[in-house]
Parts: sequence; C-alpha cells; structure tokens
Amino acid sequence: MKVHVGQADEIRAEGHIVVAIGEKEVGLFAVGDGIVGWMNICPHQGGPVCQGRLFRRVVEPLDAERRSFGRQFDETDRHIVCPWHGLEFDLRTGRNAANGELRLRGVPVTVEGEDVYVEV
Amino acid sequence: MTEQRITRPLEKITVRTDTRDILAHAKRDAVRRKFDDWLIFDMDSHHQESVSWNEIVQFIEDPVVREQAMNYHNERVGAPPYGLNANFGMRYQDVGGRILHQADRREDVSGETVHRDVVLARRAMEAMSVDYTILFPVSMLLLGTHPQAHMEVQLGDAYNRWLTEYLIPQDSRLKTLIYLPFNSPDAAYRTAEKFADKPGVIGFCVTSIRHAGVHENAYMPLYRLIEETGKPIAFHAAYHWTDPSLKTIPTFLGMHSLSFVWCNMVHMTNWILQGIPERFPALKSIWVESGLAWIPFLMQRLDDQYMMRQSEAPLLKRMPSDYMRENCWYSSQPMERGNLEALELTMKMINAETQLLYSSDWPHFDFDTPGSIFNLPFVSEQAKRNILGLNAARLFGLPETRPEP
Repeated sequence: MKVHVGQADEIRAEGHIVVAIGEKEVGLFAVGDGIVGWMNICPHQGGPVCQGRLFRRVVEPLDAERRSFGRQFDETDRHIVCPWHGLEFDLRTGRNAANGELRLRGVPVTVEGEDVYVEV
Repeated sequence: MTEQRITRPLEKITVRTDTRDILAHAKRDAVRRKFDDWLIFDMDSHHQESVSWNEIVQFIEDPVVREQAMNYHNERVGAPPYGLNANFGMRYQDVGGRILHQADRREDVSGETVHRDVVLARRAMEAMSVDYTILFPVSMLLLGTHPQAHMEVQLGDAYNRWLTEYLIPQDSRLKTLIYLPFNSPDAAYRTAEKFADKPGVIGFCVTSIRHAGVHENAYMPLYRLIEETGKPIAFHAAYHWTDPSLKTIPTFLGMHSLSFVWCNMVHMTNWILQGIPERFPALKSIWVESGLAWIPFLMQRLDDQYMMRQSEAPLLKRMPSDYMRENCWYSSQPMERGNLEALELTMKMINAETQLLYSSDWPHFDFDTPGSIFNLPFVSEQAKRNILGLNAARLFGLPETRPEP
C-alpha cells in the first residue's frame, strides 16, 4: 500500500518527521539529497526510535602512536537515537552503532516531485 | 495502488513529553499481551526526591537542622538541595541529551489533585500496566557516603516521614522500603522500629554505596527486629565516582557497569560468608538494581573458595550458592540479555521462578518494561507470572490478585 506521508521540503527543514499510518509508525529522514524511511520500532526493546533526536556520530581519533586525545564528532554520519535507551542507528544503513547486527526495519520511500510516499 | 489515507503526525520526544506518550509503545504491548489479566509488581522504580527537597526538609526532626535547611532553601540561590552529598554536576545518565526522560521531566501536571511524583508514577504504571510499585529515591542513594553520619539520620528520617505521612498515602498502589541510616546502627534500629507498621511500608532499604560491613555485630539487633517483622531488607545499588577501587575509570559507561554491581558483590560476600542467613534464617534479603549476570559468577567464586577455606566461614552449613539461591531475592533490571543462553542458565542458577522480581527502574536510562520478562523464550508462562508479580506478592505479603481500579 502506497501512502502519502508528507512533503520533501518539510522533511528537509525538520530533519525528520514521524507519522502513524493506522497502527504502523514510520520515521522519514532527510539524508543527503534523498529521503529514507525506518519503522518507528527499536529492535532493542521496542521503543519509539524515530521519535528521538539526531546526533552526529562520535569518534575517537588516535595519533600515529595510538594515543587518544578525546572524542570528536564525525560530520558526515548521523544517528537517530532511540529515546528509550539511547541506542544509536546510522541513518543511511539503519545499523546500530554498537552492534551492526541490530538493524532498524526499512520502509520503501518514493518521492514524486515534493510528495513523499511510503510502502506499508 | 496509492491510498490517500490520513496519517497522524507523531511528536518528537522532549523533556516536556507526557510519560504516557514516551511509553506509548509499552502500553500498546501491554494491551497486546493482555497484561490486564496479569498482576505486575514493579520492585524498583524511582522518583526524583531532590525536586521536592524543600518539602522534605520541613520534616527534619532536629529543630536547628530543620531551620537551617528551610532558610537555605528559601534564601540561597543556585545551590543543590540542602545536605545532600550526591554528585549533582556529574549526572551523565542521559548520555548528553540522548535519553531525555532521564534528563528532566517537565511534562504538564497542572490540574492534578495529587503530588507531581504521584502523577508521574501513575502515568508510568498506567503505560506499563503496573499494579504496584516501590518508589525509591535517587540522590539519597549516595547518602551512605555522607561525611556527617548524623545527617544521614536526619535526612533519612525526614524523607521517611514525608513519604509515609504525605506522599504514598495519596495512592495505595505506591509502596516503600524504609530508608535505614545504616551508618548509625542504633538509629537504623530505631528507624525500623518507628516505621515498620506504617501503611505502605513493606520492607527496609539499605543503600549499598557505603563502607559498612553488613556482618558487624552492631547490626544484629536490627536484623533480628527486621526478621521479626517478616518484611524483607533490600540492598539498593548505585554508582560512586569517589570509590578508590574505581578511580581509574573515565566514563559513566564504565562506572555504571561496575559500580552498580560491585557494591552489592561486596555486601553479598560478607552477608553470606559471615553467615547472616544462618544467624537469621527467616530474614529475607533483596538485591536491587545490580542486574543478574554477577550472581552466577559470585555463586561459583564463593563456592569454589569456600571449599578450600571452610575454616574461615565456620557458620555456614551449606554452600554459599545455596544461601544465595534460597535466602535471597533479586530484582531483574538491568537484565543483561546479550547472550540468552547465559541468561537462561542464570535464571536456573538463581531459581528465578521463585526468587526473581521484575523491576523497571523507570524513569532511568536503562529501564526495562514488563516485556523484558514476557519476551523470554525459555521461561514458562507461570514463571513469567511469578517473576512479573506473584513472587513479589508472596514476598511482601500482598494479595496475589490485581487491585481494584
């Protein structure tokens, strides 16, 4: 079932939106030039993952001698963070930042003009 | 096929979001699982008592301390709650704004006729289908390291009075374990005596962050008294940045992983090896908020060492693990579930069917919903019912049926 869920410019402006379609809940995220969709259910404990905040991925660079001088933000990778327990998921892949085997469930998204549709 | 169905926007969760909206998925799961038919007892949830500290200090018995505390709250700007020694600037539980229900809860409670803490507790209970909950404090979990022993007595007593005279009478489903000022054994005894029969008091609590040997002779009258009440004594874990043994740990992640377990491992070791269950066979102890994975380790470690050094623990008549399995109860959260085989063995080793008590730890960052127990594939339905509520009802002497709405 193809369902109209919003406008692309609105999602780009917000960063992401979350909508309920009947009993299903879907998060739509502006990623690069496109829109990606993830089910609003955390694979950890079922939390409303898409209703959380977006954060830049945190990294810890080491110098040539393998010394650490603290953490930094990666400016390219963004995570959606589940507001229940803080699990972080890569917006592009849906993979959990700590354990890549744990993944969000994807939702097919199509953009026609500015209209955004999902398959549910 | 394209369907122009009406979609409903869902709000992003902030510090102002209503608890029932934050936990909407838990509510949905509770309905699907028909939890209305299950007695669910939350052994460990929390309220942020420091928010109400200006009320609590009015219950301080000592008139001088009380006046100082009230003046402090009325006149001093930008100061943490009077007398509390918690690390107020080192609360990193929300992971830098990632888990907002642990950061603050500014949801609207206007129009309610009961205290904010009761409103928030009710909303969480409604969402998770919880019938009874034991409210624990937060900042006071570090009161056992207060440099002034008399302040633990004064503040603990004020909290106990505020809770039993004012807060929990507002809802009969709220229960408490009385805070024992454990660093002052005589005062702890008087506290147990004073509050044992108050409505809503279903046991006693020792906050585990402290350097007091639970086996010291000074505590024997207290244990005798508690044993006679038939109510359990709980050891509630916490974390402690200034513990010298954890001094090298740089992150909350590492600190929380160890400190919440280590304190109870130390107390449990003394509790068992110094023969407290032999001295007080009817005294029931509960080990709260250390998770479960430490228990099989300690059982094996103590059994192994005891076999070689029995002469150092002559009071024991059984193996240490036998006491840990038969005389002790455990709260479930935060239940380590990364390896379900290990969890299954853990539950077998602790006899979870009778000894395990579901706890949410709501509203903290690592809370568990009742689904954490319900979803376990290797636990029978009867065992799930026991863990989620019936074990607690039996332990605390409460009805095994759900309270009337």
